[in-house]
Formats: sequence, structure tokens, C-alpha cells
Amino acid sequence: MRDIINLWDWDTLFDAFPSIFAAMWLTIGLTFACYAFALVFGIVWTVLRRIPIRPIYWLVTFIMNFIRTTPPLVQLILIYVGLPDVGIILGSITAAILGLGIHFSTYISEIYRSGIESVSKGQWEAATALNYTKFQKWTKIILPQAIPPVIPMLGNYLIIMFKEVPLASAIGVSGMLLMANIYGAKHLEYIEPLTIVAFFFLLMSYPSSLLIKRLEKKMNRRFEKKVGSSDNGKEVTAS
Amino acid sequence: MTEPIVKYTDVHKYFGDLEVLKGIDLEVMPGEKLSLIGPSGSGKTTIIRMLMTLEQPTSGVIEVEGEPLWHKEVNGQLVPADEKHLHKVRGKIGMVFQHFNLFPHMTILKNCTSAPVNVLGISKEEAKERAVEMLEKVGLADKMDNYPAQLSGGQQQRVAIARALVMQPKVMLFDEATSALDPETVGEVLEIIRDIAKEGKMAMILVTHEMEFARDVSDRIVFLEDGVLTEQGPPEEVLGNPKSERLKSFLERFIQTSTSN
Amino acid sequence: MFILAKGLDITIKVLIGSAVFGYLVAFVAGFASLSRYGIIRKVTAVFVEFFRGTSLIVQLFWIYFVLPLPDIWTGIVAISLNYGAYMSEIVRGAIVAVPKGQTEASVALNMTPFQRMRLVILPQAVRMMLPEFGNYLIQMLKATSLVSLIGLADITFQAELHRSVNLNLGLQIFFLLLVMYFLLALPLIGVTRWLERISSKGVASR
Repeated sequence: MRDIINLWDWDTLFDAFPSIFAAMWLTIGLTFACYAFALVFGIVWTVLRRIPIRPIYWLVTFIMNFIRTTPPLVQLILIYVGLPDVGIILGSITAAILGLGIHFSTYISEIYRSGIESVSKGQWEAATALNYTKFQKWTKIILPQAIPPVIPMLGNYLIIMFKEVPLASAIGVSGMLLMANIYGAKHLEYIEPLTIVAFFFLLMSYPSSLLIKRLEKKMNRRFEKKVGSSDNGKEVTAS
Repeated sequence: MTEPIVKYTDVHKYFGDLEVLKGIDLEVMPGEKLSLIGPSGSGKTTIIRMLMTLEQPTSGVIEVEGEPLWHKEVNGQLVPADEKHLHKVRGKIGMVFQHFNLFPHMTILKNCTSAPVNVLGISKEEAKERAVEMLEKVGLADKMDNYPAQLSGGQQQRVAIARALVMQPKVMLFDEATSALDPETVGEVLEIIRDIAKEGKMAMILVTHEMEFARDVSDRIVFLEDGVLTEQGPPEEVLGNPKSERLKSFLERFIQTSTSN
Repeated sequence: MFILAKGLDITIKVLIGSAVFGYLVAFVAGFASLSRYGIIRKVTAVFVEFFRGTSLIVQLFWIYFVLPLPDIWTGIVAISLNYGAYMSEIVRGAIVAVPKGQTEASVALNMTPFQRMRLVILPQAVRMMLPEFGNYLIQMLKATSLVSLIGLADITFQAELHRSVNLNLGLQIFFLLLVMYFLLALPLIGVTRWLERISSKGVASR
């Protein structure tokens, strides 16, 4: 099955570059589309799991675990190849957004949950004592405290999503990977186009991950600073 | 005859199989200052948390100004209240928590104006006016642009008191308001509560371990043990001349621990 | 499901191979990233960032076309290098997270650096790594499905093959395939829970 391996050739590299570069925008666009879908669908899971009926909680949790512990590749194929059997025909890009979006929404939902749980019970109680409505409690008190600490984690998932998007080449989304493989099949030169793809991924995901790390540090520092200055406050009142 | 502002009738509370309140009957008059004392785990905090709608009574009725809190009357029958009913009655109650529970993402001023604007629906200007007045009362108007984490525990609790006062409740609850504070800041908070008590308009229910303070501010002291109200009366009587052995030993133990500290 | 089961041996072989080599890579790279020699740390950092920064599926194809390995080894090498790079961060993080007082106490007991690592630091660090290692085992199981793309006859490959001759059964076949992966994951979830229980004991608190 494997094609002939040629040695590195710069001409091939330049020849393959334009089509892969053009496909980069699709890969990036698809990443954001899948991510946006996951962010929104993550809310759905989080809300469903907060319904105070045990069987619903169990069922939703089971479905989430099922989605999370099975391969996204197979989920993509199921949506793209399997759903037409019941009359649902989706384009490959739509199928990719749906498949990867739903798969990662289960992870995003866990992040939302950890953010919400990080808000102490006392905050809910104080909000009740001040007679906020349920909606106001969420929008004014809980979410403003739950979201900022998890922003770096959410950012990490954007990078993870970016690296999972080439899975969509398996259902025919012509992103960078598929273009490289097409070029390879046509010219029997795989190394150069695939190296370009790897290079692009590294070029984009490495700086982004550095950015996230800095964001994380900044968040931690802000937290520590608050704690530190409260100590100063104590000294002032004690004197 | 004035009507009581708060009335508990045969209130029971279970946590799982554990019965923490075994039939509480209690009336609080408008403007009355009532202290709840008793060993920890006796159910004092649960009594006021039920009034703040943070815990639901297992059975019995709690009324606020003659109106059931956890129930509402439909065709002469008492049915469990919905959130709308709770929202209406809850507006008459305010609470100061042991751990302050200020909102860390809001400035001191915003902590005091957010609820008036969003819950009472008053204008931002008016809310600010009220908030500044209350912050002056607790001596922290100069800190209004700071965040809670920049304040000491005692200062945070004073802000929490101001925040509750801005809502102008008819009954104010204090849940061990000084228990989580450093010893050196307890005094400043007790001072504020004492001042508020002197103004006399609001009814106040205080859960406290500060016996001297309770003697000072209360019109009446209630001793609670194992979920039962066992003794009550004016401070001099309850603290000065305890009738039951349990209360006697509780007070003795208390004096011992507070002098040994 | 029986038809899919034909690919089971490949899926399990790739999983076990990837796990063994993945953990090995993780420990080697994890220790190397804490080396006292700057050059070793730098080389390790480049390796880790390369395999974390590019996509597993891209690496798989790259290795497939570049390295003349038997197909099953292509899968194992790609998955173990990729996940090894991720897990090396866990190894490093866990070793760093053992409180400084533990090192100081073992210095006070006059242990050699090697003894400190073997007797005091590692036993605690490994406990911290275990739950994450369990989670990554499930991730690696999911990743084995990628080898179907390079023509290895794992369960995903068998499902595609089966579907190509039963065109109207796609939904059933792939749903059964997901169920199969879930059943394979169940014991791994059990292992992870067990590892979490073990790791909750016997670690010094700060």
C-alpha cells in the first residue's frame, strides 16, 4: 500500500506549498467553528446536568461519558456515513463541526462545571439573603466568578481542537492534511507536503500555548496579589 | 397587642435521619433584639437559616408578619410555597454571615448597591446615596472603591453589615458574626452591631457565643440545647440566674474557656 | 459485532504497545527535562513541544511515509511518542510537586541523591501521576482508531470494510463500533478509579 519514499527535495516543497497554504484557512476556520459549537453545546450539558432529577442526571452523565471515551474519528464517520441511512444527509464540513463540536463539548462542560463549583456555597447564600432572583444570581454573582478562572483551560481546548481538526480529512474535508495527502498521491512525494503541514501546526499551536501559559500565570498572580494585599489591610487596621 | 413579626410554630428539622430541631415554638416582636445561645450543634444556626430560606423546615410553620414563609394559602389550605412567594416574604429579612460572603468580584460600593438596584429596583444614584450612608455608619466609606480581598476580616464583616442594612430589612439575622474573625477585630464589629441595636427599629436575631455582648444588646435570650428551647427570658435572668443544670454548666464552661483564652 | 471483533487483536496490540512505550517515553523525557545539563533540557523541550505542537494524525502519516517500519509499529511509535510527550509533563510536574521538605528530610538522613529519588521522591511522585496516567490510557485507546487510516485492520477498519459491502447498515455498524470502544474503555475506567484511590494515600502534604 505504501508509496515509494523519495529523499527530501526543495522543489517539491515549494511546489506543494501553495495548495496547503490555501487549505490552512479552512483548517483554521473549521477549528473556530467546531470550538464555538463546543462552547455552546457545553452549556447545554451543564444545564441538563443541573436538573434536580436523579435519573436525568445519570442518563446525561452516561451519554457524556460514552461520547468522551469513544474515538472522535468514529463519531465523525458515524455522522457523515451513518446518518444518511435515516435520511439525515450532511456535508462533510457540517458533519465535522457537529462531530468534533459534540465530542469536545463534553470536555468543555466539565470545565464549566469546575468553574461553577469553585464558587463557594456562601456566595449562593448571600445572593439568596439579598433576595436576588435565580436569573440574577447566575448573571450577577455566580458566572462573573466562575468564568474568569477557567479561561486559560478553555483556551487550551481551542489549541487541542486545532490539532484534532485534521481528523476531518477522513470524511473528506479538504484541510491541510487532506491537501498534503492528495499532493503526495499525485506526485508520490509525501515527506515534503506532510512536513509543511506539521510545520504549520507547530507554528500556530506553540505560540498559542505560550500565550495560554502566560495568561495562566497572570491569573494566578492576580489571585495571589489579592491575597497579599489583604494581609496589608490587616496590618493597617491592627496598628 | 402588637403582632409578632416572626413566629415559629412546632418547627422540626431533620438532616437525613438526624433530628436537629425538635419542635420549635418562638415569637419575635417588631424591634425586639433576641439572642440565641447554646452549645455548637444545638441547632441555633438552623433556626435562622430557615427564616432566611436557606434551609427548608421538615414540618411546622414559620410566619413573617402573620404570613406563612414556606407555605402559602390556597383556598384555605397551606401548600408549599413557590419561589415567587419566597421572593416576596424574603424581602423582609436580611442576614449577616459568619464568613461575610462578600462578592469578591465587586468593589465595596458595588457590593452594597448591586442588590438595591437589581432586587429593589431603585435608581443607581439613590442606591449609591444609601450605600454611602451605611458605609459611613460602619466607618468604611473611604474603602468603597476597594475590593473585599483588600480588607481585613473585621472590615469585610462591617461591609457585609452595611450591605444587609441597605436593603432595609424588618428582621436582621446575625449568624455568629464574629466567630471567624481575628480576636483583635472582634471588637470593632460588635461595636457596630451594638450601635445598630440601639437605633431600635429593626428586629434582630443574633446567634452568638459572646455572652457579655448578648447581655448588652438583647431584650431576651433563648437557650437552645439538642434542638429544644429549654430556657428563655431577660438577659439578667437567663445569664445571672440560670434555672436548669444544663444552662448552668454551659455558662460555666463558657466562662472558663473565655477566661483561659 | 462479531465481524468487528476480527480487528480486536490489532486494536489491543496497538493499545498495549503504545501504553508501554508511551509511559517509557514519558519517564525518560520527564527525567531529562529535569536534567542538570542545559543541553539535555533543551533537546527534551524541543522534542516535547514538537510532538505536542503538531497533530497526532499528521505525525502518524509522516512516520508512515518516512520511516520504513512495519505498519503496526508505525501506529505504536506515533501514538507513544505523541502521548509520551504529553505524559512527560505529568512526570515532571509530579516530581517537582513533591514538597521541598521531603528532599530536606532525606538529606538530613544522609541519603545519596539516587536514594533520595528512589526511596522518597519517586514513590510519592508516582502516586500523583497515576490518575493522569489512567486518563491517558483511555485517550490512547481512542487514538488507536487512527491506525485504520494507514490501512491497519483494527476494529474501525473492519467496520469500514463491513459497511462497504452493506451500504445501508452504516449507522448500526458504526454505533456498534462505538459501543465496542466503550466496552473496551470500561476496564480502563475501572483501572483509573483504582489508581485514583491508591494515589489518595501516602503523599506528603505541604
